[in-house]
Amino acid sequence: MRSFTYERATSPQQAAAIVAERKGAKFLAGGTNLLDLMKLEIETPTHLVDVQDLDLDMIEETAEGGLRIGALVSNTALSADPRVMRDYAVLSRAVQAGASGQLRNKATTGGNLLQRTRCPYFYDTNMPCNKRSPGSGCAASAGYSRQLGVVGISEDCIATYPGDMAVALAVLDAVVETIRPDGTSRSIPLGDFHLLWGDTPDKETVLEHGELITGVVLPKPPGGQHYYHKVRDRASYAFALVSVAAVLQPDGTGRVAFGGVAPRPWRKDEADAALTQGAKAVVEQAFAGSATRDDNKYKIALAERTLAGILAEARS
Amino acid sequence: MSDWNLSVTRRGLLTSSAAVLSIAPAIRARAASQSSAGATTLPVTFEVNGQERMLRLDPRTTLLDALREHLKLTGTKKGCDHGQCGACTVIVNGERINSCLSLAVQHAGDQVTTIEGLGTPDDLHPLQEAFIEHDGYQCGYCTPGQICSAVAMLGEIERGIPSHVTGDLSKAVSATNMEVRERMSGNICRCGAYSNIAAAIADVAEG
Ligand SMILES: Cc1cc2nc3c(=O)[nH]c(=O)nc-3n(C[C@H](O)[C@H](O)[C@H](O)COP(=O)(O)OP(=O)(O)OC[C@H]3O[C@@H](n4cnc5c(N)ncnc54)[C@H](O)[C@@H]3O)c2cc1C
Ligand code: SF4
Ligand code: FES
Ligand code: FES
Repeated sequence: MRSFTYERATSPQQAAAIVAERKGAKFLAGGTNLLDLMKLEIETPTHLVDVQDLDLDMIEETAEGGLRIGALVSNTALSADPRVMRDYAVLSRAVQAGASGQLRNKATTGGNLLQRTRCPYFYDTNMPCNKRSPGSGCAASAGYSRQLGVVGISEDCIATYPGDMAVALAVLDAVVETIRPDGTSRSIPLGDFHLLWGDTPDKETVLEHGELITGVVLPKPPGGQHYYHKVRDRASYAFALVSVAAVLQPDGTGRVAFGGVAPRPWRKDEADAALTQGAKAVVEQAFAGSATRDDNKYKIALAERTLAGILAEARS
Repeated sequence: MSDWNLSVTRRGLLTSSAAVLSIAPAIRARAASQSSAGATTLPVTFEVNGQERMLRLDPRTTLLDALREHLKLTGTKKGCDHGQCGACTVIVNGERINSCLSLAVQHAGDQVTTIEGLGTPDDLHPLQEAFIEHDGYQCGYCTPGQICSAVAMLGEIERGIPSHVTGDLSKAVSATNMEVRERMSGNICRCGAYSNIAAAIADVAEG
């Protein structure tokens, strides 16, 4: 690990200002992704601003009838909140499906949103990777792509966004709230938060340097039945090959998002609109324009079957 | 020969903050006066197994390395050092975490419990006893992490925290075999002692 200096921030704006001032500075929340990557020298911050003392660990009701989840709320606390379990079960389920009990205790809402890809070549610093070192090439494009993306990817990078929580936030129309170094705040719809890789796969979200996530807002409960089905290589403690988050209404309409397939939680209006026509129609819409490889084309069939399983469960 | 010595010294300088400390007090003093964040080491005080401990640490030191290398509490094990095995599980402020993915400086003021703090050979924790009774290990490397994890995991069930296999989110959860296995998935046992580990935990969960 490269050496760095460390300090604890005392207010959100101060945290944002310190990071903005120093090019090599980063926020530290739970540390479960950042420290992992720092040990491999994939991340090499020169200064860490620990945000754990900021008062951002509450889940509050909003005037609009929704919830505001503080950026420091742990994954465990989020998934066990009675309001989340009752009104936003898809979110509770998605969080429970991720990582392990130990990691969920430490992982925060903000840090979880910003977790980086699990592309094996991104982790292997001996291999070219446009995301890790821009311009070096993409070892995955001619390599093992079984875990990698099938839609929304680019020539320069075929990695996926690996997280579970954000897939549920996508079907819930969540909004990310931030504070910028100058003290102004902004609200970013979850669907706009993660960028498609394009020719700058090192740029993963719309956040500016020094912009701090303060919370995530859920609109009022969508009702309906909530599902998060995750398919992975082992029954627990593994990232998704494919995951499906769905909120289904009694009349068969609803919302659906896919995880493990694209640079961001993958949701399309046309796919939502096709829900009454069954899984095949939804997947055709959601995966239009996909670019699969021999190793990962199974993901589209798997997405269809996973969704079909959910639709069957909803009917029964 | 002298070249060889020189290169070793240089490498030593690059990798060892102790070496930097000994040759560069002036640089260190300047950094310290600019900001407290510029110091090479930082003081950290936390409570470990009920005792207050004060250390001066390079900020890179993980909680795991602080426990093992600085406090010589070697019961906690390092398996993967990347959050993937659970051997380093300790209990911080009542919650189980992977001590390898946490900096010691993140834990100033915290209460840390390691396997040494759960019980002693003469006064075993009920889970330690149950692991012996049920033969919940072969090599024993994963065991401290398994036991710390299990102690906190049973607390999570008591507090009503649901899991991936919980059927109905509106009902109380209990320590069924399925629930325990899912909740313990963050602790890998290379020897595959899982059945006996599950039996030991069930024993204690049933009381
Ligand atoms: C073995 C293993 C298995 C895992 N399995 C899964 C899985 O199955 N599913 C899943 O979804 N995840 C999984 N994870 C990932 C885990 O969920 C993330 O590591 C965790 O959520 C990150 O949260 P954190 O608070 O620890 O973030 P940190 O590591 O502290 O931070 C991550 C990044 O976010 C930035 N950051 C943190 N907070 C803020 C903020 N408030 N504002 C702006 N920037 C911020 C940091 O600067 C850093 O760049 C796994 C991790 C491990 C190690
Ligand atoms: S897919 Fe993306 S992350 Fe993986 S090697 Fe290629 S550029 Fe790097
Ligand atoms: S050593 Fe910490 S999880 Fe493996
Ligand atoms: S007893 Fe050997 S790793 Fe579990």
